[in-house]
Amino acid sequence: MTALSDVSTHAMASARWRISEVAFWVLALACAFLFPSRYLIMTDIVRLGLFALSLDLILGYAGIVSLGHAAFFGVGAYSAGLLALHGIINEPVIALVAAGLVAAVLGFLTSFLVIRGVDLTRLMVTLGIALLLEALAERFSDITGGTDGLQGIEMQPILGLFAFDMFGKTGLFYSLIVLFILFLFARRVVHSPFGLSLRAIRNNPLRAAAIGIPVNRRLIAVYALAAFYAGIAGALFTQTTALASLDVFSFERSADLMLVLVIGGTGYLYGGLIGAVVFKMLQELFQSITPQYWLFWIGLVLVVIVMVGRARIHRWVLFVPNLIIRQFAGRRAAVAMPEGDAP
Amino acid sequence: MASILTNLFDGVAYGMLLFVLACGLAVTLGLMNFVNLAHGAFAMAGGYICAVLVNNSGWPFFTALPLAFVGSAVIGVALERTLYRHLYARSHLDQVLFSIGLVFMSVAAVDYIMGSSRVFIKLPAALEGQIDLFGVGIGRYRLMIVVICGLLTLALQLILAKTRFGSRLRAAVDDPRAAIGLGINVPQVFAFTFAFGCGLAGLGGALSAEILGLDPYFPLKFMIYFLIVVTVGGSSSITGPFLASLLLGIADVAGKYYVPKVGPFVIYTVMIVILLWRPNGLFGRTAAR
Repeated sequence: MTALSDVSTHAMASARWRISEVAFWVLALACAFLFPSRYLIMTDIVRLGLFALSLDLILGYAGIVSLGHAAFFGVGAYSAGLLALHGIINEPVIALVAAGLVAAVLGFLTSFLVIRGVDLTRLMVTLGIALLLEALAERFSDITGGTDGLQGIEMQPILGLFAFDMFGKTGLFYSLIVLFILFLFARRVVHSPFGLSLRAIRNNPLRAAAIGIPVNRRLIAVYALAAFYAGIAGALFTQTTALASLDVFSFERSADLMLVLVIGGTGYLYGGLIGAVVFKMLQELFQSITPQYWLFWIGLVLVVIVMVGRARIHRWVLFVPNLIIRQFAGRRAAVAMPEGDAP
Repeated sequence: MASILTNLFDGVAYGMLLFVLACGLAVTLGLMNFVNLAHGAFAMAGGYICAVLVNNSGWPFFTALPLAFVGSAVIGVALERTLYRHLYARSHLDQVLFSIGLVFMSVAAVDYIMGSSRVFIKLPAALEGQIDLFGVGIGRYRLMIVVICGLLTLALQLILAKTRFGSRLRAAVDDPRAAIGLGINVPQVFAFTFAFGCGLAGLGGALSAEILGLDPYFPLKFMIYFLIVVTVGGSSSITGPFLASLLLGIADVAGKYYVPKVGPFVIYTVMIVILLWRPNGLFGRTAAR
């Protein structure tokens, strides 16, 4: 067996659907039916999960640290809002894709700035771009509505069939379907040779270049793709809440997103989704304890996670689920092994 | 003409203030290669220490200023010894997450203890109003800032260039391994420098309450400014960040005065352009290794 076929069998084996993954999605769908009073928060979680998935593509797979991912979220949100407000594209699904494409174009253009330089420069540039867009949105308040945000957005029924209702039922199922489709695509991408080359770049850009991977082109491609995802997440935000305000660009949004991904773990796609669930629950919990000062506890969680070590925490958290899975599957079926943890 | 000069002077004062606030970050970020987004939290701590001492305990402003320095430095050294030093060898992502966590905690904690509204420090009467210098109106308070910050800059330059500690620090920064081999206690040098930088930030925070405004969101609002000073200025010397802060200060004041609507826009654009053109900063050689 040559080394090449060895790599491809390994890749194909890891791309196979596992029982635990199916269980995850069944559980997600079951939640949507089981808790009809919780549509709004579940929609929030789905949206956040999609947004975190987008950051995972560049952070977990390509190793680009970004402090300004909210830029794309915001662009997607405003695009969807403006399209609906001015009646340019009334059909939500097409508007969603259009908003994603706008964000992807922005991602493509800014990727040339981001791929240059080291971590620190990237942090500064991504942060700068998000702040720049926020300043722009504030400056052109006649278009964006300034600090008041876009008001009076009315969403048309999805595909002309399903109207958004006030309980958020349509919104939830719509978001869930969008998330699932995009997740399938992301899963396909990261298990493709393209995804493998991204991981090679993350682990060692120099070596990746030496074996013939066009490092910059791959990074540009994945950055634009992640921007597309973030744009869709932003558009979903606007479509399901019927508002878009300046805080879609805020630094806190980017920082929270980092926390989401760190809670869930980077580099295995489910991290963002699990992280979104845990983050929202933590937020609810903290807000019920101290409504005004929940930020403190979020900060504490971040500090503790970093001090204890991300990989170690994930081993602890995944210990019980993995134990159960081994009982059923009977073999070394690590459902959720953070990428950085793998030997 | 006079208004231009007044603006220029305000810009210089603002820039010098930014320098005092950010030069501690130049050490942690540029020299120790630690992405410390929580630097503003130390500045805020100094500001609030000064505010409590002056407003609640009735201390004179000029006595409270050194205490703001000492208080922030003590907080800084305590955190450095307990938390920061474990993270020097970690990835930038970990450092970013950790320091964002610290910022969030400090914001909420100060909000809880001091309330969320803006705090003003009672200034002595001698610092209020303007003096007229050759037809140019100059705020007394800003004049004091320029004097204090100017002296501090000179002192820092002298310490770095002439003292034994300065040469140890430069050695530790240039090549930590060789410095350890020469018998320099590098962690101690770093801890001391970190504490000193935090102290300067605290002093800057106390001085800036009047100009920048002091509220619990201070660390978040000015984080980008501190980062700009360090990344644009580079960190191979103290002059780089100094010139960068002056530029930023003058540009920001002028921008807010002459083109109020696009002010922030211009600053971020310039920052991105400079970072792309010279990734190691305008004046730096080894900003980020």
